[in-house]
Amino acid sequence: MNSFAIADCTTVEAALSQLQDGAVVKAGGVDLLDRMKNGTDTPTRLVNIRNISELRGIRPTSEDLTIGALTTLGEIADDTTIRSQYAVLSDACGHAATPHIRNMATIGGNLLQELQCWYFRSADFQCLRKGKDICFAFSGLNQYHAIMDYGGCPSVAPSSGAVALLALDASVELVSSGNGKRTVAIKDFYVRPDANPHKFHVMRDDEILTAIHIPKPAAGMRSAYQKYGEKESHDWAIADAGIVLEMDGNICRRAVVAMGAASPVVRRSMEAEAALAGKPITPDTARAAGQASMTGAMPLSMNEYKVQLFPVAIYRTILLAAGQMDRDPSAAG
Amino acid sequence: MATHISDPVPDAVVASAANAAGPVTKTVSMPIGVPGYTLRDEERTVPASEPPVLPVNKDLQYIGKPVERWDGHLKVSGRARYTADVQLPGMLYASFVDASVPHARVVSIDTSEAERLPGVKAVHVIETVLGNAVLRNPALEKTRYPVVRYAGQPIAAVAATSQQAADEAADKVKVKYEALPFVVDQDVARAPNAALVFPGPADEAGTAGGGGGEGGSPQTGNIHGPTVKKHGDTEQGFKDADVIVDAHYKTQVQTHSALETHGVVADWKPDMLTVYASTQGTASVREELAAFFKLPKSQVRVITEFMGGGFGAKFGAGNPGVVAAALSRKTGAPIRLMLDREEEHLAVGNRPSSDQHLRIGAKKDGTITAIHLVSFGTAGCGTGAGCAGPASNLYKSAALHTEENDVFINAGPAAAFRAPGHPQGAFALEQSIDELAERLAIDPVDLRDRIDENPVRRVQRQVMRESAIWKSRNPHANADPGPIKRGVGFSQSVWYRFIDMSSSAEVRVHQDGSVEVLSAVQDIGSGIKTVLAQILAEQFGVPPAQISVKVGDTNYPVGPNSGGSVTTASLTPAVRDAAWQASQKFLASVAPALGTTPADLTLTAGMVRSASGKFQPIPFRSAASKMNTGEVSAQVKRIRDYAPKKYDTYGGVDVAEVAVDTETGRIHVKRVLSVHDCGRPMNPAQTISQINGGVTQGISYTLFEHRLLDPNYGIMVNANLDKYKIAGSYEIPQVEVILTESYIGQSSTDASGIGEAAGIISVGAAIGNAVYNATGVRIRQLPMTPAVVLAALNQPRPMTEAL
Repeated sequence: MNSFAIADCTTVEAALSQLQDGAVVKAGGVDLLDRMKNGTDTPTRLVNIRNISELRGIRPTSEDLTIGALTTLGEIADDTTIRSQYAVLSDACGHAATPHIRNMATIGGNLLQELQCWYFRSADFQCLRKGKDICFAFSGLNQYHAIMDYGGCPSVAPSSGAVALLALDASVELVSSGNGKRTVAIKDFYVRPDANPHKFHVMRDDEILTAIHIPKPAAGMRSAYQKYGEKESHDWAIADAGIVLEMDGNICRRAVVAMGAASPVVRRSMEAEAALAGKPITPDTARAAGQASMTGAMPLSMNEYKVQLFPVAIYRTILLAAGQMDRDPSAAG
Repeated sequence: MATHISDPVPDAVVASAANAAGPVTKTVSMPIGVPGYTLRDEERTVPASEPPVLPVNKDLQYIGKPVERWDGHLKVSGRARYTADVQLPGMLYASFVDASVPHARVVSIDTSEAERLPGVKAVHVIETVLGNAVLRNPALEKTRYPVVRYAGQPIAAVAATSQQAADEAADKVKVKYEALPFVVDQDVARAPNAALVFPGPADEAGTAGGGGGEGGSPQTGNIHGPTVKKHGDTEQGFKDADVIVDAHYKTQVQTHSALETHGVVADWKPDMLTVYASTQGTASVREELAAFFKLPKSQVRVITEFMGGGFGAKFGAGNPGVVAAALSRKTGAPIRLMLDREEEHLAVGNRPSSDQHLRIGAKKDGTITAIHLVSFGTAGCGTGAGCAGPASNLYKSAALHTEENDVFINAGPAAAFRAPGHPQGAFALEQSIDELAERLAIDPVDLRDRIDENPVRRVQRQVMRESAIWKSRNPHANADPGPIKRGVGFSQSVWYRFIDMSSSAEVRVHQDGSVEVLSAVQDIGSGIKTVLAQILAEQFGVPPAQISVKVGDTNYPVGPNSGGSVTTASLTPAVRDAAWQASQKFLASVAPALGTTPADLTLTAGMVRSASGKFQPIPFRSAASKMNTGEVSAQVKRIRDYAPKKYDTYGGVDVAEVAVDTETGRIHVKRVLSVHDCGRPMNPAQTISQINGGVTQGISYTLFEHRLLDPNYGIMVNANLDKYKIAGSYEIPQVEVILTESYIGQSSTDASGIGEAAGIISVGAAIGNAVYNATGVRIRQLPMTPAVVLAALNQPRPMTEAL
C-alpha cells in the first residue's frame, strides 16, 4: 500500500471541501482498503466520512424510507421495519460477506464497491475498465463472470444491496459543494459497459453519496432476496435474485425480478416479470419466470452452468417471497 | 511400504558395549490390539534401561486423558508470541521483490531508486533461489541471475525501518526481463510441442515432510518420469479378472493456506545467527542455514515459540530464511521478513494436482487380481506429484503396476502437504473400489472386509457398521425423488509409521520439586507440549499444568521435524525414557536422606514409597527437598522401535452424509463420522481436534479450494483468501470422531501421530461415494463445484450406473 494523507471529517460540508486534488472518500473502508492493498488504487489523499453521524441511521418519513449512506449492512439487516416491510433489502444486507464485514461496511460503500473481476482487482492486469483496450476475461478464466448484457466487460455487479434497491425502485441522494443535491434512481445509477466501459456509475468525483430513499411499500407487497455462492460462508454470488411481488389475493399484480451476478450492472428481467404478472404464484409459474429470465443469455467459455443456476435461484426466491418455500440451504450464508 | 528412518548404530549394540556387566535386554509383555475387540498380550525384547510397560489408557492417570491444552490460555488470551510478534531492538523490516512474469531470464536489476528511499537500509539480490527443481546439467543455462520459472518467484529483497518503507522500496526495484515461452496448464505442458519449463532434466530433493520426487527419473519435455513400481504380472491379472473397473480422475492444486504465513526474524551476530522462524522443524532450519552460509550448526540457533500452521510447507529456512539472514548480515540489524498472503499462495508450496488413470481387476468374489495406475500431476517447477500410495498400500492385489509422472509447469514448486499424494490417490482408489463393489453386487463394506488385511481397519469398519449414519444409508443409489437428494458414502485411508531418530529430550528434577522437560521440538499447533507435560505428570504424579515444558529452541536437545506424523511417535518414547531415568536418579539422590537404598524406593502416583516399609509414603515434593544435589537430569534419545515393520500402517474410515441439490449443483456435507487409529492416543481431546481439522481441510479440498492460473498470462488470479475459497463455518458439518485405541507394542509410550491420516486422505472419496449414493452419478473431478456437479448431472447416464 502506498503512503497517503487522511482528512477526518465530521460534517458533509467539511468532507466536500476536502474533495479535491484526487482525494477519495473513505467510509467503512472495506473495499477501498482492499484495492489499496492490491495496489490497484493508489490515492494519496483520503477523506474519512465515517464519523459524520448525520449520515447514519434509518428514518421513515412521510413519503419514503430514508437510509443514511453510512448505515452499516448489519444495522439494515437487523432493522425491524426493514425486515417486515422490505425483506428483500434485509436479506441482501444480512447475507452479504461476513458478520465482521457487515459491521464495518456501509450501504453507501456497498453500492459503490468496485467490480470483483479478478483481472480488474489485480495490479498485474491493465484492462478495459482501467482505461485500456483489452478485457482478459473473455479468453481467460471467466467461471464467475457475466452471462448477459456485458458488452466489452463481463464482470458482474458486485453489490447485493443494489439488487434489492433496484427491486424496490429506490434512489440515491448525491451531494456536491458546487451543484447541491441531486437524486438518481438506482436503475439509472450504474453505467453499462456497452455504454461506457470506463465508467461504473454516474457519480462525479466531487460528489458524496449521502442517503438512499425507498418508496413506501405497495399494498400486498412481499419480497425476498437469495444469494447463491459456491459456499455459504463469505462468498460472492454466482447467482442471486431480488424479488418483489405485489399480491392481490393469490394473484400477482406486479412482479419485480432483479439479478446481480448475471451482468455488469444490476438488471431486471422484464421477461420473468411478465411471466408472473396477473397470475397466481405457484411452483409452475415461478419456474416459468425463472426460465424466462435467461432470455438473451450468452454464457462465456466457462460459465454455462450459471444459465442453469439462475432460473433455480429465481424460482426458489419467488416462492420464498410468496411464503411457499423456506430459505434455500444453498443460500443460507 | 513404510520405510523407517533407520539409526546407523543399533541401540542394542550400544547398550551391550556400555553395560557389558549387566543385562542389556529384558523381555516384557505388552498390550496389543484394540480394547473391546482384539486386545491381547505380546512379548517384546527391549533394552533393560526401558521403563516399565505402560498399561492401556483406562488404567493411567494423565496419559491418554483429554488433558487441557498446556498453552491454550496463552493462545486464547493473545499472549502467545508468534514469529510475527517478535520485536528485537533495532529490528528492520524486509519485503520481497517478486517476479511479475511466469518465465523469463532476468536481464538487469536496478536497485538505485529503491536504495535512495528514506528508511531503506539494504537491498539484497537473490543469487540462489530455493525450492525449484534444479537442472542436472547447470551448463544448459548460463545466466547472471536465477531464471524466473513462475510469477511470484523472489528476485530480491529490501530491508527498511518500517514495513511500509520496505514495501514501497520493493516496488521501486526495476527488473528487466527477457520473456521466455511459458506453460501453466498441465495438459498443455504434456503436449510434445509445449513450452519447456526447464531446458533439460531437472530434479528436486524432498524435504523432511516428504514431497520432492525421485531424482534421476527419465524426462521427456516437461514430463519427469515415470517412476515405475510393480509386483506380480498385471497383464495376467487383468486376464484373470471377471470385472475390470477403468476410470479417470482429476484433482486440482491446493495451496496450504496456513493462518500464519511463512516468515522469520533473523539476527546475525558475529558469533551466533539466531532465527525466530515459523517452522515445522527447528532442526531443519538450522541445518539449511548452516549449510547455506557454511556456519557450524553450533552457531545457528532457531526458535519457534508458537506456530500458526504449516501443513507440510514449512521445513527448512527456505527463501525467506536465507534472505533474511543475508540482509541481517549485510545491515548488522535483526530482520523481520513475513510473507504476505499472495506470496504465501504463490511461492512456498502447494499440493500437486493429479490426472489419474486407474484400472482395477477383480474376481467375482472380490479378490483383486490387478491394480494399474498411471498418474500425471504437476508440482509446478518442482516435483513430488506421485499419488500411488493408496493404490499400493491399502488393499492386497495379486499384481500391482504404478507409473507416477511429474509434469513441470511455470508455477511455484509444490511442498509436502498433509499426507502427500494420498488425498489424490484415495479419491480415485476408493471411488473405484466402491464402483467395483457395485459391479460385483457386493456391499462396499463387505468387499473391503475381503480385500483389506489390516486388522484395525476391520475393527473400524465394524464400528462404522454399527453407527447411525451408516445404518441410515440407502443401498440403492439415487433413491430420493426430489431435487435435493441425500446420500451416504465412506472411504478408507492409510498412512505409515515413520520415526525420526533425531528425537531427544532432557528431563530435570529440581530440589524444590519442580520438573521440566526440554527438547528442540516445535509445537506446530497439534499439541506436543501438552503431551510432554502429560508424560512427566504420569511419571512424577504432578498435574500437567505444573510441569515446565520448554520446546522450540535448538539450544535444547535435538527434536524431530514435524512432518509425516512423526512427532508424537518419535519423541514421546525419548521423553518417557528420560522421565523414567530422571526419576531413578531422583530416588538415588534422596535415598541417603531417607535412610535407605535406591533399590528400596519407588515413585508412584506422586508418592515416594519404601518397599521394605522403612517409612510411610511421602509426597514427591517433600521428598525432593531431601535431594543431595540441586538438580538431577537425564537426557535420552529415541531408541529404535521394539518390533520394526510390525503394525506399520495407520488409517481409518470416514463416512460422509451429503445432500446434493441437483438443481443448483451444490453439495452440502451434513454429517461426518471419522473412525481413526494412531497407536495409543496420548491426549484424545487433541487427537480429535486434529481429526476435526483434517476433516475440515478435506471437505474444503473436495468442494472449494482451487488454485487458478490464467492460461494466457501465467498469473494466479485468486491469490487471496477471498476468491481462493476455503470452507467456513457454514460448510463445517457435525463431525463425530471415534478413536480406535490400537496398541502395537513399539515403544515405551506406544504412541503414534495422527496428522496425515486424520480425515484429509479419505474425506474426498467418502463425499464422492456419498454423492454417487445420492444421485447415481459419480463425480471424478475436484473440486466439486456447482459447475462440475451440474455438468456431471447433465451427462446422459449409462444404464449400468443407474440402479
